[in-house]
Amino acid sequence: MATPTLEKVEAESAASPYITVTFRIRRFNPEVSDTAEWQDFQIEIDPKERVLDGLHKIKWDLDGTLTFRRSCAHGICGSDAMRINGKNRLACKTLIKDINPEKPITIEAIKGLTVMKDLVVDMEPFFQAYRDVMPFLVTKGNEPTRERRQSPEDRERFDDTTKCILCAACTSSCPVFWNDGQYFGPAAIVNAHRFIFDSRDEAGEQRLEILNDKDGVWRCRTTFNCTDACPRGIEVTKAIQEVKRALITRRF
Amino acid sequence: MSADTSSSAIGEVQGASLYDVDNPAPYIEAPRKRTSKTPRSTRGNFEMAAWLFMRLSGIVLVVLVIGHLLIQLVLDGGVSKIGFAFVAGRWASPFWQVWDLLMLWLAMLHGANGLRTVINDYAERANTRLWLKGLLYTATVFTILLGTLVIFTFDPNIR
Repeated sequence: MATPTLEKVEAESAASPYITVTFRIRRFNPEVSDTAEWQDFQIEIDPKERVLDGLHKIKWDLDGTLTFRRSCAHGICGSDAMRINGKNRLACKTLIKDINPEKPITIEAIKGLTVMKDLVVDMEPFFQAYRDVMPFLVTKGNEPTRERRQSPEDRERFDDTTKCILCAACTSSCPVFWNDGQYFGPAAIVNAHRFIFDSRDEAGEQRLEILNDKDGVWRCRTTFNCTDACPRGIEVTKAIQEVKRALITRRF
Repeated sequence: MSADTSSSAIGEVQGASLYDVDNPAPYIEAPRKRTSKTPRSTRGNFEMAAWLFMRLSGIVLVVLVIGHLLIQLVLDGGVSKIGFAFVAGRWASPFWQVWDLLMLWLAMLHGANGLRTVINDYAERANTRLWLKGLLYTATVFTILLGTLVIFTFDPNIR
C-alpha cells in the first residue's frame, strides 16, 4: 500500500508541472496616484490552473495589496470578470494553458466603468441599467394558489437569456457603452429579453417601451463583442435583435 | 479637489505623490448616474423609425444606385456620352426625374442618418455633438433643397 503511493509522489516531483508565468497587472490605487500603471509578477504555477489561482498566489504570497473581486470562484457568481489578454473573461473560468503562458498575461479591469482600485470597478451604472428594465416577474390579477405553469416550449423561448450571471463582461466589451456610458448595455437587454419572452410575464410592453429609448436597443451596432465576451455562451446579439424585432412587429 | 487633479501629473513625475489615505485621487463620476440634469424620458419612436428607415432605404438604394451607375458609366458608350444634352434628354421623362429625386432624397437622408449615428457614437462632449450635428443637418438640408430645385426647375433651353 505504501510503496505505490511513494512511487507516485516521486514520479510527480521528477516531472514538475509548474512553469514560470508572468502576470502583467494594471494597478491603480487612488491613495497613491491618480494614474494606473502596469506591474509584472513572476509566479510558479501549474498551467492547468486558472488565472484566478494565479491572482490568489500573488495576493497571498507576493503582494497583499492586489485588489480584485471574486466570490464563488466557479463561474457562477460573476464577480471576477476582467480583461485578460485584451479580452473580457472570468478569471475563474480561464485556464492559464489556454492563453499562451509563454508571453506575459495582461490583466486589467473591465473597461467603461470607473476603476476604484486595481481590478475593482464601480458596478453601479451597470446595475442601474439592469434595474431600469424591471428584471422581475410582473403579473396582473389574483395570485394562483399553485405554481404558474408553463409549457416546455414556452420555457425554451427564453432559456438562453436565463443563464446571465451579471458579470458585466458583455456590457464592458461594448464599444457603444465605452463612449458615454448612456447605452443600456447588452446585459440589461438580455435580462429584459428574459422577461419579455416569458409567457407568464405581463409587463413585456412596458419593458419594450423602456428599451425603445434613445439609448436603448437602437444603439446596438451588432459588433458581436458581447457574444464573444459572454462567459456563459449566451447569444447576446441575437437576444438584442429579437427585442428589436419584437418592438417593430408589436407596433405595426 | 479640481486643483489637485490639474497638478497631479507634475507631482507624480517628481516622485512625491499628492495622494494618500486621507486625500485619495478624485473619483470619476459614473456617467449613468441620475442627476437633476438627466432628462426625464428620451423615449419616442424616432430611433426606431430611423433604424427602420436605414434598412428600407438601403434596400431601395441598392437598386437605384446600381441602376444609376450602369446607365451613367457602363451602358451605351460609357461615361463619354454624358453631357448637357444627355442629362436634358433623361430629365425630359418624368420617370428619370422621379428616379433621380428619390435617389437624392434617400441617399442624403440615409447618409445623414448614418453620420448622425457616427457622431452620437464617437463625439464625447455634448458641445462637440451639437456643432457636428448642426453642420451635418445644414449640409443635408442645403443639398436636398438645391438638388430638388434643380430637378424641378431644370430648363433644357438654357443658354
